[in-house]
Amino acid sequence: MRRDVFQAIADPTRREIMSLLASQPLNLNSLADNFNISRPAVSQQIKILTECGLVVIRQQGRERYCEAKFEQLHEVADWVEKYRKFWESSFDALDSLLENLKAEQKAVKKKK
Amino acid sequence: MATKNETVIKVEPGKQELFITREFDAPRELVFRAFTEPQLIEKWLGPCKLTMKIDKMEPEGGSWRFLHFDEAGNAFGFHGVTHEVTAPERLIRTFEFEGLPEKGHVSLEKASFESLPGDRTRLVIHNVFLSVEDRDGMVQSGMEYGVRESHEKLDELFGQMLQKA
Repeated sequence: MRRDVFQAIADPTRREIMSLLASQPLNLNSLADNFNISRPAVSQQIKILTECGLVVIRQQGRERYCEAKFEQLHEVADWVEKYRKFWESSFDALDSLLENLKAEQKAVKKKK
Repeated sequence: MATKNETVIKVEPGKQELFITREFDAPRELVFRAFTEPQLIEKWLGPCKLTMKIDKMEPEGGSWRFLHFDEAGNAFGFHGVTHEVTAPERLIRTFEFEGLPEKGHVSLEKASFESLPGDRTRLVIHNVFLSVEDRDGMVQSGMEYGVRESHEKLDELFGQMLQKA
């Protein structure tokens, strides 16, 4: 199974976990309280998120806290932006072509 | 600041589709022509570093194939079948990139052309892939042609999560 950011956020539960961790780090129990699924199931999702680099677990005294790392999400935004830029450059060229076509149409109309 | 002619990409996590939206200051008959006439397509489609050649462009029911050549002369082929051509409102075709290690990662592409007031047009391209991975692969490749770096402009979907951080 792929372990990259896209795969991490593909799941709604994992997205919800990231949302909760956005405000503050949470220990596993506090995090799991927000979900109807079992504690081990939440653990499994956290594991995937740590493998994808989106969550890091820190020990604080006797507690283990999950902390979100949002820098990785920029990766996804960067990909989307690159893809958008590809289309943007083609559409900018299309804008120019359309201006030329409109001008041609006007010229033809004038002659008539 | 967003202008009305901005290219908008909608990519939701975990889905097999994506949407590309763009408005043009031209009537849809013209925009439709630019999408269907080979000599016009070659003038705009593809990133500026590559030149584009139409290898094949048959009418509805036929096949199409485009080639992009980079500066080194390497060819990147794309092909599919034209499913529907309904001027000036809709184009539907299958799409496959020949450069993938494995054949068969085809997608379905529907381009809709909507008339807007003031002789303008809204284009919406809806691409549906066979899997979430295929969709993500397409986006991640960014069509890999080294376009100029831009300011970090976050897609709205991720905007909220990043704002909280």
